[in-house]
Amino acid sequence: MKKLSARRRHPLAALVVLLFALAATGGLYAAFAPADKAEAEPVAQSLAIEEGKKLYAVGCASCHGTGGQGTTDGPSLVGVGSAAVDFQVGTGRMPLQQPGAQAPDKPNVYTQAEIDQLAAYIASLGPGPVTPTEEQYSPEGADIANGGELFRTNCAQCHNFTGQGGALTEGKYAPDLEDVDPKHIYEAMQTGPQNMPSFPDQVLPEQEKQDIIAYLDTVNSEDSETPGGFALGGFGPVTEGLFAWTFGLGAMIVVAIWVAARTAKAKKS
Amino acid sequence: MSTTTAADNRRKAPRGERVADWADGRLGIYSLAKTNMRKIFPDHWSFMLGEVALYSFIIIILTGVYLTLFFVPSMSEVEYHGSYVPMHGIRMSEAYASTLDISFDVRGGLLIRQIHHWAALVFLAAMFVHMMRVFFTGAFRKPREVNWLFGFLLFVLGMFTGFTGYSLPDDLLSGTGVRFMEGAILSVPVVGTYLSMFLFGGEFPGHDVIPRFFSIHVLLLPGIMLGLLVAHLILVFYHKHTQFPGAGKTNKNVVGMPLLPVYMAKAGGFFFLVFGVIAALSALFTINPIWALGPYRADQVSTGAQPDWYMGFSEGLIRAMPGWEVVLPGGYTLALGVFVPLMVFPLVLAAIAVYPFIESWVTGDKREHHILDRPRNHPVRTGIGAAWISWYLVMLIGGGNDLFAIHFHLSINAVTWFVRIAFFVVPVLVFIATKRICLGLQRRDRDKVLHGRESGIIKRLPHGEFVEVHEPLSQEQLHTLTQHEQRKPLEAGPEVDENGVKRKVPRVQKLRAKLSRGFYGENTQIPKATPEEFKEISSGHGHH
Amino acid sequence: MSQTGSNKDVSEEHLPSARATEHDGTVEAAGNPFADPGLPPHEHRVQDIDERAAKRSERTVALLFTVSMLATVAFIASYVIFPIDKIIYVFPVGHVSALNFSLGLTLGVALFCIGAGAVHWARTLMSDVEVADERHPIEAEPEVKAKVMADFRQGAAESAIGRRKLIRNTMFGALAMVPLSGVVLLRDLGPLPEDKLRHTLWEKGKLLVNQNTNEPLRPEDVVVGSLTFAKPEGLEDDAHDFQSEIAKAALMIVRIQPEDIKDKRELDWSHEGIVAFSKICTHVGCPVSLYEQQTHHVLCPCHQSTFDLTDGARVIFGPAGHALPQLRIGVNKDGYLEALGDFTEPVGPSFWERG
Repeated sequence: MKKLSARRRHPLAALVVLLFALAATGGLYAAFAPADKAEAEPVAQSLAIEEGKKLYAVGCASCHGTGGQGTTDGPSLVGVGSAAVDFQVGTGRMPLQQPGAQAPDKPNVYTQAEIDQLAAYIASLGPGPVTPTEEQYSPEGADIANGGELFRTNCAQCHNFTGQGGALTEGKYAPDLEDVDPKHIYEAMQTGPQNMPSFPDQVLPEQEKQDIIAYLDTVNSEDSETPGGFALGGFGPVTEGLFAWTFGLGAMIVVAIWVAARTAKAKKS
Repeated sequence: MSTTTAADNRRKAPRGERVADWADGRLGIYSLAKTNMRKIFPDHWSFMLGEVALYSFIIIILTGVYLTLFFVPSMSEVEYHGSYVPMHGIRMSEAYASTLDISFDVRGGLLIRQIHHWAALVFLAAMFVHMMRVFFTGAFRKPREVNWLFGFLLFVLGMFTGFTGYSLPDDLLSGTGVRFMEGAILSVPVVGTYLSMFLFGGEFPGHDVIPRFFSIHVLLLPGIMLGLLVAHLILVFYHKHTQFPGAGKTNKNVVGMPLLPVYMAKAGGFFFLVFGVIAALSALFTINPIWALGPYRADQVSTGAQPDWYMGFSEGLIRAMPGWEVVLPGGYTLALGVFVPLMVFPLVLAAIAVYPFIESWVTGDKREHHILDRPRNHPVRTGIGAAWISWYLVMLIGGGNDLFAIHFHLSINAVTWFVRIAFFVVPVLVFIATKRICLGLQRRDRDKVLHGRESGIIKRLPHGEFVEVHEPLSQEQLHTLTQHEQRKPLEAGPEVDENGVKRKVPRVQKLRAKLSRGFYGENTQIPKATPEEFKEISSGHGHH
Repeated sequence: MSQTGSNKDVSEEHLPSARATEHDGTVEAAGNPFADPGLPPHEHRVQDIDERAAKRSERTVALLFTVSMLATVAFIASYVIFPIDKIIYVFPVGHVSALNFSLGLTLGVALFCIGAGAVHWARTLMSDVEVADERHPIEAEPEVKAKVMADFRQGAAESAIGRRKLIRNTMFGALAMVPLSGVVLLRDLGPLPEDKLRHTLWEKGKLLVNQNTNEPLRPEDVVVGSLTFAKPEGLEDDAHDFQSEIAKAALMIVRIQPEDIKDKRELDWSHEGIVAFSKICTHVGCPVSLYEQQTHHVLCPCHQSTFDLTDGARVIFGPAGHALPQLRIGVNKDGYLEALGDFTEPVGPSFWERG
């Protein structure tokens, strides 16, 4: 203790305390930060539409109205089609946790069977885009290069060159597309969820949607190749500049301190 | 020469000496070496920041020459059929295609490209911190003002060399930057459209801008920079390096290690260290992966389109600017939303460049300074420097407003509004805070000199009182903490002359006196401890 | 190193007492507690007094240089061994090029070790005695200055430049004029602007071609909430001036419920709520196209200018100075969307003559 108290006033003491404090705050935050938990609700199954209607009454009707006609809290669901339901519920965007600039994706609370029931019910309210089959959205054999070209024309303005996401107005944003299920990408293009515009087949045919999915699969998945090394998030010059300042210049300064420091002196015997 | 011949007769000089003799007879190297070979350089890590910049520049030139062997600066369109599959069959300029080839078909080409680009980012960052080191320690004072300007020009030219280099691959990111430049040029009153047509050889993007940027990037700007760099280094040698105050260090000497051998080894070794670090960075971290960005097309764009960091503050200026546009009588448009930032851009840089001249004018200081200021002993200068940095940082945040918005879950409009307000407010707050911190540190220095260092050891006196033991400082430390001079503001001169007649003081003189009071008047320094005070306290017995 | 001779042998033996006398000039009035004590006495490093420590340092330096040599060999080996397209997974860096990774690291090590060896050598084995070098004022002595001024005046007088004003003035004139040739030569850098920025490829009857499919668009292709990009009929991707033309002609097409359109002219120029706006931002020319289908706002990704497509693409945020130009469209007899003329104002960034 005596040693400690003697060093308390050391010129570097403040720095050490600061480092400890930072480490402690970070550790505490990590320990207490709310973990995302999915709440699974066991629901029985029966006839798709009937069951879907029940699910709807429990999970959706409070905002979208009892018959899907919409309220001030949520838009009408008549004619949005099963694809929209499959996307919104399948990615966890719906049911909405809290009102905000936009519904974020989160762990989804329904099973695929339940989603299908909900979708069947909503589809019964009015005709709309139908949930795609695997044949429609599978990127197998698609033209990656063409997909890249189409992505840069239609998508990159919001989602970034390789689909890392980007900001929109007033807190809205285009999400990161890393490892998003090809089906959900397809449905998003088909239905235009939230503020995203739709790209119907007349404008962007099925084959081109597949090309885009194949492109994303190549450049923005966990297994994407980054030949040059760690990609720093793929956000471009801002992160590169930040990195050059902290690690690049930081390393240079550490080296410079070593080069310029006086060598330890022999202890007086 | 006759003495040399006489010596030759007696013994055969070693081979190296004979070569040196030969060179001396033609180049006079001995006279040059006499003053420079054992030149003294002081040791301090912050004196090596400029070396980081110098070495990055050398690395950039070495790798840049290699890249020119493969790069094709042409905007002719080709269909790509190289090794990178996700680009097969895409139409692109030869510049972009050859950059893909460098990355995927030339072995080691990708590494050299990444070293070139990382070194460029580090180069500019190192120049920036080097400049700030010089600023905060007052190393720009006489006789080094000219060298400050050389350094400043190197920084500005480095920015533009970087920008032109960033544009060369003709990818979707850099092309967007070039488009921005075209828009900025168009906003120039009267001649904007002409300048744009001349730069691009017609309408944007045309077919000329890449080859033109190429010669600017590899020839014009680096050539000027090389000249400035040599001049900068010659002046460093000529003036001899500044040093921090300390025992044995005066304004008339320079204390350190000789160039041969210590600095030859340290500085030479440092080059390899810098190069090694950048090479390792380039092995581990990708930079500007142009293959993921796609070739430039004027109708395509991506979000998150930013310039490299050194141009980021101009990006912030333009993003934060409100969209003012005035149509003048006669049908002429003033695009202030673009033109104002375009004009503020050089002003931001000039603000820091002219500071040394303003300071010497305001303070009336005409002496040579070779001992550095500790930043705290010059609170106003330090405050101005910190305010400028904060200003620059606010603009950098503005330049990345979309990324800040998305990663901190903020509204992009809110971030932009923050930048608009902070642009005016933050520098003022930072100036006030920094000045106060400096004064606080001066007070602490004064206490340390008079009372010694608080040791943290608590002692109980016989009568029960607890006191903290203060360790007295060594004479070396006392000298370091008290060597700075305390300046007095300039006076505008008496209002009345010796005959009692009211004298007209020029307005410039009044302004100068007023500024001088701001620099050195009240509340700009804490009176430093005097020997008398020190003796009085240390002759007493209290170490409270 | 030009100072006192007594300093020559400092590296041999450097006694504090000798040091103090050397610097007595800087010690001010006796008894000043803040006086400069002069350079502190040199203290030896372990390597200075212990030959074994010095040997250890020597071996470390030699080891570093040897590692560098080995790294260079490894660099060459990597160059030969790894095919350029080989991708390996390196934790935590990712799926990276084996060649880039190995070449970079070996080169980094080879260079770093040379530097580390040299610096270690300097720090532990070369003399670390601090020496002081004197400075001399930069300014010349008055005699030198006087001599230079006299020489200059003599030179000026001998040239008679002050007296023969005709020579002087014509010389200055010639020198001032000759760079004009260089300026004139720059004329052919590009054409004059004329009215190039005022016109695009759009003209009456040109079909709106979908950028994705290269097919002409029909009104029923464009549904509410969708986003379509179009180019003028006849502009092919491989055309020589494709880039310059698309940079002005690129079009963004959306459909808005006619009752939601607030601007009357916008409604008039639309076809059943289908509106066609220039994709080129009026700020500095980025392609704006971040269309939010619920708010009908369009954001520019470069500088965040925001336009309200229900209100004549008016600027509602950001640095753009005026609304996006709208293209007047209709439907031809075959049921395809067509332009009813060129844009009525220049597209893209503002410029002086824009009006």
